[in-house]
Amino acid sequence: MTQTKIKGSYAIIEALKDEGVDVLFGFPGGVVIPFYDALFDSDLRHILVRHEQGAAHAAEGYARATGKVGVCVSTSGPGATNLVTGIADAYLDSIPIVAITGQVKSDLIGTDAFQEADTTGITLPIVKHSFLVTNPSDLPRVIHEAFHIASTGRPGPVVIDVPVTSQFAEFVYTRATTIDLPGYRPTTRGNAKQVRTAARALAESTRPVLYIGGGVISAGATDEVRTLAEKLRIPVTTTLMAMGAFPETHELSLGMLGMHGTAYANWAVHECDLLVAVGARFDDRVTGKLSAFAPQAKVMHIDIDPAEIGKNVEPRIPVVGDAKLVLQDILTELDKLEVNPGLTADWLKKVDAWRAKHPLRYDLEGDEIPPQYVVEQIREVTGGDCIITTDVGQHQMWACQYFKYTFPRQFISSGGLGTMGFGVPAAIGAQIGRPDKQVINIGGDGSFQMTMQELGTAMAYDIPVVYAIINNRYLGMVRQWQELFWKRRYSHTYFEHQPDFAKVAEAYGAFGATVAAKDEVADVLRAAIADPRPAVIDFKVRQEESVYPMVPAGATITEMIGAAPTRRKKS
Amino acid sequence: MKHTLSVLVENKPGVLTRVAGLFARRGFNIDSLVVGESENPGLSRMTITIDGAEHPIDQVTKQLHKLINVVKIRELDAESMVARELALVRLSAEAADKRAEAMQLAELFKAEVVDVDRKSLVLEIAATPETLASFIDLLRPLGIVELVRTGTVAIGRGRG
Repeated sequence: MTQTKIKGSYAIIEALKDEGVDVLFGFPGGVVIPFYDALFDSDLRHILVRHEQGAAHAAEGYARATGKVGVCVSTSGPGATNLVTGIADAYLDSIPIVAITGQVKSDLIGTDAFQEADTTGITLPIVKHSFLVTNPSDLPRVIHEAFHIASTGRPGPVVIDVPVTSQFAEFVYTRATTIDLPGYRPTTRGNAKQVRTAARALAESTRPVLYIGGGVISAGATDEVRTLAEKLRIPVTTTLMAMGAFPETHELSLGMLGMHGTAYANWAVHECDLLVAVGARFDDRVTGKLSAFAPQAKVMHIDIDPAEIGKNVEPRIPVVGDAKLVLQDILTELDKLEVNPGLTADWLKKVDAWRAKHPLRYDLEGDEIPPQYVVEQIREVTGGDCIITTDVGQHQMWACQYFKYTFPRQFISSGGLGTMGFGVPAAIGAQIGRPDKQVINIGGDGSFQMTMQELGTAMAYDIPVVYAIINNRYLGMVRQWQELFWKRRYSHTYFEHQPDFAKVAEAYGAFGATVAAKDEVADVLRAAIADPRPAVIDFKVRQEESVYPMVPAGATITEMIGAAPTRRKKS
Repeated sequence: MKHTLSVLVENKPGVLTRVAGLFARRGFNIDSLVVGESENPGLSRMTITIDGAEHPIDQVTKQLHKLINVVKIRELDAESMVARELALVRLSAEAADKRAEAMQLAELFKAEVVDVDRKSLVLEIAATPETLASFIDLLRPLGIVELVRTGTVAIGRGRG
C-alpha cells in the first residue's frame, strides 16, 4: 500500500478531527497561512473572531458550556500574545483549551524575526503544558497528547506552537492513539483508607457544610454531591466556579460563599464542625483571613490536584482523586455505616434561621432600575432555563446572588483571573456549544467596551446571544471599593463618555435597545430573546449601587458589611 | 534546614526552564540546581537543594510533580544519601608561606592542585557540602581570588 504524504498543516486538521473537534475559534496571520489554506479545504467549522483574545475566551466559553476541549488558533507574535489573557484565564479556572499558535520558520527562531515572540516562554507560567513542534512528524502525537493533558486530571490550557516550516513539511499521517507521558498519571481513585475516614467523619458530624467548587463541574459530580447532601442532610455552599452544581432552589442550598456570598453561607462555614471541600481551592475571595476561616471545623479536602491539598488550608482529612469517583466511594462506605440524617436537624434549623433573618435583599423603591432587578427579571423571563455568562465586576456578583442556578454549566464566568471582557466572546463560544439553550451575557458597561468588537463575530455566524449591559457608567466594583475604603475618591472609575450601546448594536445589524424604566425591563428582554439576531440591551441602572453583603479583602466573617447578623445570645 | 530533591525529568528542550520557572513563580528559592544525563539517556536527573525552612517542602514537590516532564521525585535526607560538590578555588599565592599553607590544607582535605603559576594556584576539591564549606572557610584568609562551585549532586545510599 502506498502511503500518501500530507503537509503538516493538513495533518493538524486531521489530528484535530481525530480528537473530535467540531469548531475552532481563530484569526489568521502570516505564519498560519498554510494552516488556513488547509482549513479552506476542510469541513471543520472555524469561527473568525475580531481579536485573538476573543478566540481564547470563546474557546473557553465553549469548553465551559460543553465540557469538551475548546480550541483557538492564532498567528505568531501579536496573535499569540493576544491569546495570553484567555490562556491565563483558562489556567486559573482549570478550563480545558488547546491554543494552536503559529511560529516563525524554525531556523529563524531566536533571530527576532518579523512577528516573532517566544510564545512557549511567555505562556510558560500559565499553561498546564506546552509544545514547540519543530519536528513536523511529531504533530499527530503532540496534538493527541495536548488534548489528553488539557482534558484529564485537573484540566487546563495547553499551547502548541507550530513553526510555519512544520506546517509546510510533508509526511505520512498516522493517527496517534497511544500516550507516552511517563510523568503524567493523575490520581483519580481516592485512597481507600482516606475514603473510610471521610465517610466516618461525615456520618458523625452534627454541623457539616459542603463547600463545592469548579472541580465538581469538571468531574461531572453534581449527582453525587446531591445524593450525599440529601442522604446526610448537609447544607451546600458553592464557589463562583460551581454555581449551578447544586440547585439553588434546593432547600439545602446556601448559595455562594465568600466575599460577596450570602451571610448565611458564610455563617454556616464559620460555625460548622466539618467543612467538606470538594474540588475547591480555598481561594482568598472565599476564605478572607485564612487563620479565621471555618475556625471550628475539621476540614476535609477532596481534590484531584495533590498540590491543592495543604496549599492554603491544611486539611485533617485529605483525599486526592476525581470528585465523582471519590464521592461515589464515600457514598458506598456510608451505605455500610449506620447513618442518621436527623443528626443535622438542629444545625439546619440554625442555618434556616440565619437564612430567614439575613436574606439577600436590595432596594426596589424609586424610578431607577436596581441592577439586581435586571438579573431577577432575566430569570423571570426565561423561567431560569438559559445559560448565563458574565463579565467581571459588580454585575458578576449580582448575577451570582440573584439568579438561582439549577444545573451545571449554566453559569459561565471568569473566576480566578477576573478578566473584564470575558463575557462577550465567552457567550459566543457557549452559544455555539449549546445551540439548544438561550445564552444571555450579564455584563458591565466597562467590560463590554473591552471586547464589544466581537458583536461582529456574533452577527457573522448568526449567534443569537443576548447581551444585557448593567450600565452604571462606573467601573462599579472599583468604585465600590473607593467608596468603602478610599474615602469616596472616585479616581478614574467614571466614564465621562460612553457610546450609545443600542446604536452600536444597530450599526452591526444587531438588535439594540436602551432601557431606563423598571417596567420596561421584562418586555425588552422578551423582545431581545424573540429576535433571531444577537441583541444588546443597555440597562441604565442605579449608578452608585453596591454589592452586599461584603467581607472586605483579608477580613473575617465577623467583619461582614451589609448583612451583619446579630450575634446569638450565648446559651 | 536544607532539603535535597533528586528529580528525574524527561530529557527534552525547555525542561530546565519549566523547573526554574516554577520555582520563580511560586516564590521558592533554589540553593543549587545541578542537571545532567541519567543512566537512561532519555531522562535527566536534577539534584535540587532548597531551604526547607522558608517553604513547605511538600508544596514544592507537589508543584514539581505537576510538571508533565517531571517523572519522579525523591527527597533525600542526610542519613540516606551520599552528597558531593566539586569546587575549583584560585588562591593568590605569591608568598611562599601562603603557598605552603595552601598545599598543607589541600593535602589535609584531599584536594588537588590542578593549576599553578607564579602568582596563584588552583585547587580542586570534591567533598560533602559540609567539608567543602569548612575547606573554603580555611582558605579564605589566604586570599581566594576566584571560586567556582558545581552545586551539590546526591545519590541515595544502598539499603542492602
